[in-house]
Amino acid sequence: MTYRVHVRVMPRAGLLDPQGQAVEHALSALGFAETRTVHVGRAVEIEVDAKSRDEAEARARLMCDRLLANPVTEDYQVEVEAD
Amino acid sequence: MVRVAVVRFPGSNCDEDARRGAEQSGAEAYFVWHRDTSLQGADIVVLPGGFSYGDYLRSGAIARFSPIMQAVQAHAAAGGSVVGICNGFQILCEAHLLPGALMRNAGLTFVSKPVDCMVERCETVLTWAFDRKTPVRIPVAHGEGRFVADAETLARLEGEGQVVLRYLKSSPSTEGNPNGSMNDIAGICNAAGTVVGIMPHPERAVDPKLGSADGLLFMRSLAGVRPLAGAGR
Repeated sequence: MTYRVHVRVMPRAGLLDPQGQAVEHALSALGFAETRTVHVGRAVEIEVDAKSRDEAEARARLMCDRLLANPVTEDYQVEVEAD
Repeated sequence: MVRVAVVRFPGSNCDEDARRGAEQSGAEAYFVWHRDTSLQGADIVVLPGGFSYGDYLRSGAIARFSPIMQAVQAHAAAGGSVVGICNGFQILCEAHLLPGALMRNAGLTFVSKPVDCMVERCETVLTWAFDRKTPVRIPVAHGEGRFVADAETLARLEGEGQVVLRYLKSSPSTEGNPNGSMNDIAGICNAAGTVVGIMPHPERAVDPKLGSADGLLFMRSLAGVRPLAGAGR
């Protein structure tokens, strides 16, 4: 079975996120006065072969721990959809 | 003669400067390719500056898994010396050979200019030729050089004297910390001083014609491996 996995990697809360701040300022300048905070992260889509949804998720988490996210500065979320 | 292996990754661009700098200071310096698995009897390994693998994902994140990095990990684990400059520093952090991480500069722009720094620790493979705390002016050239670490790690680095190089905040001529690094940190080392990572480029400052020769003592340190207490070569 092939599963499509969506990984969302975000800068850890509390760490300076200059990219998010720059986008925040730009939105405010465009007139989106309702903008409170912005954080910019990274989305990764992976198609994986796995025996089950759980296995697909476990493997994707391992991928995050080893490569896709930096444990010092980033947090990640994994979501699996069936193909 | 000290053997210095300079690792070439696809995208390295300070490899030749590093090799020449070490060689001119008296080392036997040579390149190894990222796909190689042997360091060919190196005493010191240099991971040079550049943009390995196009900085894809995160700077250094992919280079860290190059075949040669297994040999570098083993070399470091055996007490061998490893120096990372700029992108090399990023690779060392990604490889967990040094703590912390290097994030996007606080100002969001690539910063390329000379900076004033203080060499704060001389007991390392890269700085032992300095015999005391010494101010130096050497260039930085990076977009992701903002050192971050959790509070505990930061306290340990400060408490154990593992900050090797610090941006001089008070310097009016180079405007101090160029990237927003925590505690103005420009370079750190492991406890033994055998693994060192710095963001500035001493290999680009080895001749007054280049604007500064303050990098020479770093290169001389590489060329003369002095045994460090508690560490092998």
